[in-house]
Amino acid sequence: MLNVAVDPAKVPGLVVEKSTGYWGGVGQRFLRDKVAMLTAAIVIILLLLAIFGPLIAPADPYASSILKRLKPIGFPGYPLGTDELGRDMLSRLIVGTRLSLFMGITPVLLAFTIGSVIGIVAGYAGGPINTFVMRTIDIFYAFPSVLLAIALSGVLGAGITNSLISLTIVFIPPIVRVAESVTTQIRSRDFVDAARASGANAFTIVRVHVLGNVLSPIFVYSTSLIAVSMILASGLSFLGLGVKPPEPEWGLMLNTLRTAIYVQPWIAALPGVMIFITSIAFNLLSDGLRTAMEIKN
Amino acid sequence: MLSFLLRRLIYTLPIMLGVALVCFALVHLAPGDPLVSILPPDASAELQEKLRELYGFNKSYPEQFLRWIARALQGDLGTSIASGRPVSEEVWRAVGNTLRLAAVATLIGFIFGSLFGFVAGYFQNSWIDKAASLTSVLGVSVPHYWLGMVLVIIFSSTLMWFPPSGAGPNGSTDWSWDWEHMNHMILPAITMSVIPMGIIARTVRALVADILAQEFIVGLRAKGLTNVGIFMHVVKNSAPTSLAVMGLQLGYLLGGSILIETVFSWPGTGFLLNSAIFQRDLPLLQGTILVLAMFFVLLNLVVDVIQTMLDPRIARG
Repeated sequence: MLNVAVDPAKVPGLVVEKSTGYWGGVGQRFLRDKVAMLTAAIVIILLLLAIFGPLIAPADPYASSILKRLKPIGFPGYPLGTDELGRDMLSRLIVGTRLSLFMGITPVLLAFTIGSVIGIVAGYAGGPINTFVMRTIDIFYAFPSVLLAIALSGVLGAGITNSLISLTIVFIPPIVRVAESVTTQIRSRDFVDAARASGANAFTIVRVHVLGNVLSPIFVYSTSLIAVSMILASGLSFLGLGVKPPEPEWGLMLNTLRTAIYVQPWIAALPGVMIFITSIAFNLLSDGLRTAMEIKN
Repeated sequence: MLSFLLRRLIYTLPIMLGVALVCFALVHLAPGDPLVSILPPDASAELQEKLRELYGFNKSYPEQFLRWIARALQGDLGTSIASGRPVSEEVWRAVGNTLRLAAVATLIGFIFGSLFGFVAGYFQNSWIDKAASLTSVLGVSVPHYWLGMVLVIIFSSTLMWFPPSGAGPNGSTDWSWDWEHMNHMILPAITMSVIPMGIIARTVRALVADILAQEFIVGLRAKGLTNVGIFMHVVKNSAPTSLAVMGLQLGYLLGGSILIETVFSWPGTGFLLNSAIFQRDLPLLQGTILVLAMFFVLLNLVVDVIQTMLDPRIARG
């Protein structure tokens, strides 16, 4: 019996380059994309602020002072001034990162989980189940997203949980649509037919052959919703339908500082700058991920 | 074409019914008694019963829904609990104000959005393209209610060029096309136009890039067509999709104007929704959401039909 296996390492002059695979390529493309790297850095800084904010903040974000209300930017001891209750703006902006990011990202995560399940089931099942699910989704799609979010929050009442519920409901329909459409495409591919012919049941086919192919596009699409969700979540707080005082959250801070725009206009505008930066960073990061993962619209 | 229209209409009807059902269910999700805001705490059981009957809250849900639909079809959306006036009257006045603001904003957004999109698509990867792409990213990322505040800070409280709030002089809520009123519209319209501008710029850029890469453009060039002639072909080919996007954006602005209307105290549907929510005026809330959502559904229908008329390939596809 001849041993035909050749160890490439022992063949002189033969250089074998190890294939980096799909994810290696994604990583390389992402690392070469300067804009994506910059926005990834901003997002990481924001996440660090969200985690360690209370430790970094120079002052107590809840400590108010009647004497030091609405002090200008650069006031001794208050680098970014104070708000309408005399609380340190810098500390409130830093500590507010946690709640603001939480309010923006959680609905997308929840909607990603629920929407993917519904969409993949509808896409894989096809037939009447697909028709029923997609027509139901069409009805929710018939509402402009801001209107639906505000109507739901308005009816449920202000508060963190209610905001999360209404925003999750708003983001499920678009994610279901994407999940359904990519699953329908994958389902008609030959390897799925082959798996079915070899006796695999639906659950195994979805787990082994479908999930790996559909999760990336659904995930990338969902990341593009984070920026929208940030703006909507702080918008709800801005209307008084989200986070309740005295919690530091950027949208709520904009709301309570709105009356101060004739006294300290630039302090009143500060929380919006944070929302703006976060939203730009997530938008560009999502674009970078899409390019790196070679996903078409 | 006719069969497409018919199919599209038949498809819209169940959606409208579903939308009405969601509006109805939405309001009945509300915790607590819908009459709590007008009933004095010491109201007698008899008075409570009487009011409940007057507003129809004593019937079963399916019966309430059918009665509500039947009335809504005749233009009767019930009576506002807070003001006691017919909901339809309040909604129609507010819809006019919102529609004007949203239409002007969409127009501004469309003009500048397509301009940026065309330039960016024509000069791909040049600095103009990058600047236009950056503008559109900023446009879709900006929290528009905050942008409204910043514009008020700059143009109202600092430069004093435009009024900071309201739709007309002395808090007038009726509209006329004179300078006094238009002056009030400038800031909210610009604020609102930023969202459709970013989205339209992105869409048009992708469209133009796509069209320019197609073979018929090479053919036209080979035929000796001037750049202007080719440009006309690009416009013609990108028109159906960009007009469709514009139509949908108008719909989103109608429903999403509440934040901007709050910043500028614009007397439109957003303002109405806001007061309906905070006064727990359920009939008003239900009526406003229904009208806005129906508007959006109809707008979708109209956009689809116009798009098909401009590009008959869609109906066959």
